[in-house]
Amino acid sequence: MNEFAAVARGVTKRFGRTLALDDVGIEIRAGESHALVGRNGAGKSTLVSVLTGMQAPDAGEVTFFGEPAPPVADSAAWRRHVACVYQKSTVVPELSVAENLFINRQDLGGGLISWKKLRSEASSLLETYDVAVRPDALVSTLTVEQRQLVEIARALSIGSRFVILDEPTAQLDGPAIERLFDRMRSLQDRGVTFLFISHHLQEVYEVCQTVTVYRDARHIVTAAVAEMSKPDLIEAMTGEAGGLNVPSGDGRPSSAEEVLTVASLSGDHFSDISLSATRGEVIGLAGSASSGKHEFAETVYGLRKPSLGTISVNGAAVRGGDVPAALRAGIGCVPRDRHHQGLVLDLSIAENATMSTAGAFVWPSAQRAAGGTAIASYDVKAAGPDQPVSDLSGGNQQKVVMARALAGDPSVLVLINPTAGVDVKSKESLLGVVDAQARRGKAAIVVSDELDDLRVCDRVLVLFHGQVVKEFSRGWRDQELISAIEGMSTE
Amino acid sequence: MTKAMTPPVAATAPSEKQKFRLARYQDLALVPVIILLLVVGAVLSPIFLTPNNLIAVLTQQSELSLLVLGQAMILIVGKMDLSLESTVGLAPALAVALIIPSSAGGLDVGLAAWLALPLCVLIGVAIGGLNGFLILKVGLSGFMVTLGMLTMLRGLQLAITEGKSLIDVPESFLYLGSTTWLGLPAAVWICIVCYAVGIFVLKYLRAGRSLYAIGGNSEAARAAGIRVDRVVWIVLIIGSVLAVIAGILMTGRLGSVAATQGEGMIFQVFAAAVIGGISLNGGKGTLFGALSGVLMLGLVEQILRLQGVSGFYIKASYGAVIILALIVTRFATGQKQE
Ligand SMILES: Nc1ncnc2c1ncn2[C@@H]1O[C@H](COP(=O)(O)OP(=O)(O)OP(=O)(O)O)[C@@H](O)[C@H]1O
Ligand SMILES: [Mg+2]
Repeated sequence: MNEFAAVARGVTKRFGRTLALDDVGIEIRAGESHALVGRNGAGKSTLVSVLTGMQAPDAGEVTFFGEPAPPVADSAAWRRHVACVYQKSTVVPELSVAENLFINRQDLGGGLISWKKLRSEASSLLETYDVAVRPDALVSTLTVEQRQLVEIARALSIGSRFVILDEPTAQLDGPAIERLFDRMRSLQDRGVTFLFISHHLQEVYEVCQTVTVYRDARHIVTAAVAEMSKPDLIEAMTGEAGGLNVPSGDGRPSSAEEVLTVASLSGDHFSDISLSATRGEVIGLAGSASSGKHEFAETVYGLRKPSLGTISVNGAAVRGGDVPAALRAGIGCVPRDRHHQGLVLDLSIAENATMSTAGAFVWPSAQRAAGGTAIASYDVKAAGPDQPVSDLSGGNQQKVVMARALAGDPSVLVLINPTAGVDVKSKESLLGVVDAQARRGKAAIVVSDELDDLRVCDRVLVLFHGQVVKEFSRGWRDQELISAIEGMSTE
Repeated sequence: MTKAMTPPVAATAPSEKQKFRLARYQDLALVPVIILLLVVGAVLSPIFLTPNNLIAVLTQQSELSLLVLGQAMILIVGKMDLSLESTVGLAPALAVALIIPSSAGGLDVGLAAWLALPLCVLIGVAIGGLNGFLILKVGLSGFMVTLGMLTMLRGLQLAITEGKSLIDVPESFLYLGSTTWLGLPAAVWICIVCYAVGIFVLKYLRAGRSLYAIGGNSEAARAAGIRVDRVVWIVLIIGSVLAVIAGILMTGRLGSVAATQGEGMIFQVFAAAVIGGISLNGGKGTLFGALSGVLMLGLVEQILRLQGVSGFYIKASYGAVIILALIVTRFATGQKQE
């Protein structure tokens, strides 16, 4: 048996005139967890699509355990070599877990489908991989975490011993990430190889043994994780010496003037929350995925109707459940999921970035100029403002959502996971934008579990079961906050 | 902001330009095909390129083009309306029936003749509004609702007119259907104006751009502050009103409302829209593209007619011609149709 689970050599891939991969390689030793890191648009997902047979490279070759990869048309053969959990789920939501596990082989080789057999096979498969979901549950009712596990179990059951995880942790909360890592370790003990992509470098140190860094479509370095310090890793990714400097918001002027007042607001999955934000104040909301923090933020922006309570901006009440009213009142929002609510993928960057800004007439030249400004001020890596958003890498799409939220110069920002999928360096600049907005007298609510996002906040509220259970003011210790969030979610 | 982000590829600037140009050309993808058809027509028949013949083509296509305009907007916003073809017949039939006496096939309501046009438009608003209500407020399937309306409205027309043609048509209809302004039939002018307004609105007004956002991702459109339901409703109403205008022009041109007025047009409507690059999945395509789809179908039809293909065969071969046109445009534009 070959010592490499997967090897790619001399891979080049172009999209139009954008060079996504420039003669790169990767060697993934069997049985290791190999991290692939790089800035947004470095070419990571493009390499994944080449390694999984979704796209043929313009040049270069891929081998699995020394065997050349099958032709791109033969997707069944690829599935036996490699499995992938993409950031966007590939399960069929309206089918049961059992059917998804055996999709396109529901007959289990028998010609006719025996639903009983299918269910029992599925439950033994789920048991083998220790996935606690019912085989007849509809996939649409599962949580993100459960869905990922179903995808991993399916992959392993097809016989593949090499699993690619493209930013699996971006949508999981802290405990779910821990559980995923435990599972990765135990599968690794059973001989499964992982390629792991993440923008959270501490996760790389936690589960991976080797790390490969790409920058600007090129391979920069491959090294043992143990030999690579975090600053070295960041330098390899950015090409600049010097560590990161996430803004902390220290020394931001405070004011007594209230901008946002939420009075005993109740709605989907939360009840009776009151808070007020003054000019220049950034409030963090943390809590598990089921804590109601997302629903609360969405209600403030009008995406959901409140059942009770009021929201007011600068003293004027805002009609609940009415996004245009919220925008008029001066609330801007980065919604939870960029694919679902953040972007119209077929439209251009310019059009997406200017979508919320009022004004009856749209002048294409002005729009393009605004798109160009957004590209420049949010570090979007793109060919130009006319490029459709679907062509952008995940992190760059997220920056366009941020640009849209800020386009109307709102006085209140509601930012839900604002840095999801954004690379370390861009995260620094996006959080810098939040800090700068606060310094200009805006108020902001940041809904996130990421400590870096919360560090920019003046105070952090921890939610549990739809209620504020704890409040931290600036100067909290990481461990303190993490255990508050996690302690609550396991109780 | 950091400078390290500058894209690695030096050649990105020209690529931006190229992409932009390409996007522009896609709009004009059918123009070469139309020119080719003009040449083929001219070679096959000496009278093909005469103004009279070309005006005849435009006039014949004017009613279809209004339906396509409405349907294209409805498709872009991510819905479809099959009932447009029945609206073409019912609206003028009902309006006329409310005016003329029962001796002429009417309902003996005896409304004033000048009410004919406003009444028609009102009926269009009501039909589009009802479709919108059922789809958006009750939450029914748009395909099924409008399929049901297609049958119901046609049936209503048959019930009102007892299956007969109404020949006592108001002056205003006849005028619009037959007069010429500056050498072109009024119907053609009306189409030109409607398309010009439509193209302008969908390109330069925020309200028009919102159609693309809704059709592309309605949740994202909502989160961006677009009143999705309201826009879709208005588009459905505009679609019905355009169908009514087509019905008025057809009535005026033919001098009567046949019980089958508009029947079978919906197939051509969808064909022209898809040939013109409108996606059936919403969010994609332009009204200019849709218009070129209409013109292309009109030219093909006229070539067949001038070649002396009998009326019966024109009907029989029409499906084949449309499929052929779809194939031609698929390769002319290099785009997969959806
Ligand atoms: N279908 C496409 N058409 C045009 N350009 C594309 C396409 N897919 C990717 N690109 C470009 O290729 C480059 C690499 O993209 P890729 O998605 O591989 O980045 P990534 O490293 O995964 O980034 P992220 O961390 O943001 O997910 C980007 O500049 C992107 O804009
Ligand atoms: Mg990616």
